[in-house]
Amino acid sequence: MANDKRPSGRKVDELRPMEAKVGVVKRANGSAMFKIGDTVAIAAVYGPRELYPAFLQSASQGVLRCEYNMMAFSGSGDRVRPGGNRRAKEISLVTEKALMPVLDLSAFPNTVVDVYIELIQTDAGTRCAGITAAAMALADAGIPMKDLISSVSVGKAGENLIVDLDYLEDSAKPGVDIPMAMSTRTGQITLLQMDGELTKEELKKALELGKKACMKIKEVQTKALLEKFNGGKK
Amino acid sequence: MSKLLVEERQIVIPGMELAEGMDYLPGEDVFRDGDKLISTKIGIASLSGRVVKVVPLAGNYLPNREDVIIGKVVSVGLSGWRVDIGWAFEANLNLKDASSDFIERGADLSKYFDTGDYVLSQITNVAGSKIVDLTMKGPGLKKLSPGRIIKVSSPKVPRIIGKQGSMISLIKEYTNCKILVGQNGLVWLSGENVNDELLAVNAIKKVEDESHIQGLTDKIKEFLEKSKSGK
Amino acid sequence: MSNILKEHILTVLKQNLRTDGRKFDEFRKVEVEYGISNSAEGSARVKIGDTEVIAGVKVEVGTPFPDNSDEGSIMVNVELRPFSSPDFVSGPPGTDAIELARVVDRAIREANALDFKKLCIKEGESVWMVLIDIYPINNCGNLFDASALCALAALQDAKFPKLDENNKIDYKQKTDKKIPLANQPLSCTVSKIGENLLVDLDEVEEKFIDARLTIGVLEDGTLCALQKGGDTALDVKDIEKMVDLAIKKTKELRKALK
Repeated sequence: MANDKRPSGRKVDELRPMEAKVGVVKRANGSAMFKIGDTVAIAAVYGPRELYPAFLQSASQGVLRCEYNMMAFSGSGDRVRPGGNRRAKEISLVTEKALMPVLDLSAFPNTVVDVYIELIQTDAGTRCAGITAAAMALADAGIPMKDLISSVSVGKAGENLIVDLDYLEDSAKPGVDIPMAMSTRTGQITLLQMDGELTKEELKKALELGKKACMKIKEVQTKALLEKFNGGKK
Repeated sequence: MSKLLVEERQIVIPGMELAEGMDYLPGEDVFRDGDKLISTKIGIASLSGRVVKVVPLAGNYLPNREDVIIGKVVSVGLSGWRVDIGWAFEANLNLKDASSDFIERGADLSKYFDTGDYVLSQITNVAGSKIVDLTMKGPGLKKLSPGRIIKVSSPKVPRIIGKQGSMISLIKEYTNCKILVGQNGLVWLSGENVNDELLAVNAIKKVEDESHIQGLTDKIKEFLEKSKSGK
Repeated sequence: MSNILKEHILTVLKQNLRTDGRKFDEFRKVEVEYGISNSAEGSARVKIGDTEVIAGVKVEVGTPFPDNSDEGSIMVNVELRPFSSPDFVSGPPGTDAIELARVVDRAIREANALDFKKLCIKEGESVWMVLIDIYPINNCGNLFDASALCALAALQDAKFPKLDENNKIDYKQKTDKKIPLANQPLSCTVSKIGENLLVDLDEVEEKFIDARLTIGVLEDGTLCALQKGGDTALDVKDIEKMVDLAIKKTKELRKALK
């Protein structure tokens, strides 16, 4: 792959600078902040707790409920009017699907684990940042999981596949935007969406690129969790 | 060839590989994936014989039979009370388990326990998530008198109590406070004055934050001594 | 209904202290951080003890009302999102959130904090609308004062974005022009528990108040807003004491601002 300049000037497989911190919302059972470039997401987990209305309860296991929200001043342009919108609802749903495959909620039937994701500022990659923060928050809350989910977007600039698109790269036309999430331990993919056009071979390469990026993100998530306990030192 | 991939007492996170090979067995909060043993929680890795387990450092309280907990009475009915024990569902305290006194049918139950009362109670039965039964008949179980209630993370409760109560006794001794610790993470305490109570609260929070560190009892003793003499 | 927690609080108050060792008129540690969201035209984070609130200012261009054809406007919104406390639920703002928003709004509006005429772009045609959104991040009590302080700090931080020839906003380009604040109102909420008057209640104390009075105060000590809450009545003497306390405390709170 030729190293053409991306609009952001980064290398094709280069992620924006990342920061992560766990335990940022004291009243939550678990919480985390994930920052990638200028996108900042905070996730807070409450549960297992009571689920209203009762008909939503499952007798075999706890239910996961995710809610994604952009704060009114977090958009890159106009104020985002508060109140659910269709995009937020869809992102809430795919976030839930991205996290469920690694969760084990069998020990708490009839309850709910609520995951709330709020965006404080945005520069593309918001659903990925939200999922990444949520994974850390779930671990911080002690919800049994088989792995942490890590999430990143992959796209295309010119002829090159690129990783972690910022707003400029995301809005460039023609564009390709592939948000993905995975369990890096098993290599299994839990979120995959795409806007744009790609060949079959390109998709394969995109997933490879995304996987490598997710592993870097996993390192950041791991470090943040261990830091809560002094970096795991005895 | 089986081998351990982490050290004893190492802090691990969900998805971390703890051991490989079929000689090791998965204990609590560990599962097997192929020939690897994996942690499902953030906690401390621990090996006991061939069993690899994780002692969790986080997690909401899950009710267990025989747990002694602190609960809050949320409603008074005709044949019993409903108690909030910090779980997704309220627990039941039936008439027959409330007191060694004989309580007549139709009696005003709020005379025994009223809404808002806090009780030290024991779980007698757990069925699924929804059914948790309590009893007030047992040594030390009682309605709580005025004091403050703080919430600690329930996985940390064993550390806060300590081996045979050593940690909590240490804190009680230095602060002159009466302290009751519920398995559900609620702690009741009452002291002679605010400063004593705050010292106890801070000591308990310190144990909570540093529960994964060895030699904690000595550290807490040092903390308590320093704080008292610093006055 | 019994209440060992309230009884305990009252017992401690007899020692002239509160359960966390503070005096009746003592605030927890106050921290203000500016510019916490670069998507906003102005933003701030306020911490009072463990209570944490963030606020952001967005501006839009709108048409003025016919009888205020040369004036811009302001709107204050508070979202008590379930993310910040187990007591908050999903959905549109409930009465608590609305009261909070309106109390913060009142202090800013009645203080004439913003000179609305300075928000005029073209009389009768276009004016700036200033929109403040406040989000508690962690609720450990006293959201009233934290929100008011945060809203003001966000306004202090706010700069106009660039307007192109067609009066369309280019949000990516900020100007150096600050949104003009004429006055800087701050709030202090004084609560009554038993016979005691307290400021800056934590989330446990807040459950047991008999009455509260939120007082908006300007830099020169003039009052600009009042809101009484709680189920019990207040004596005029109480109110006088509360007002004095609020004037004293808002002066101190100002030190945390630029």
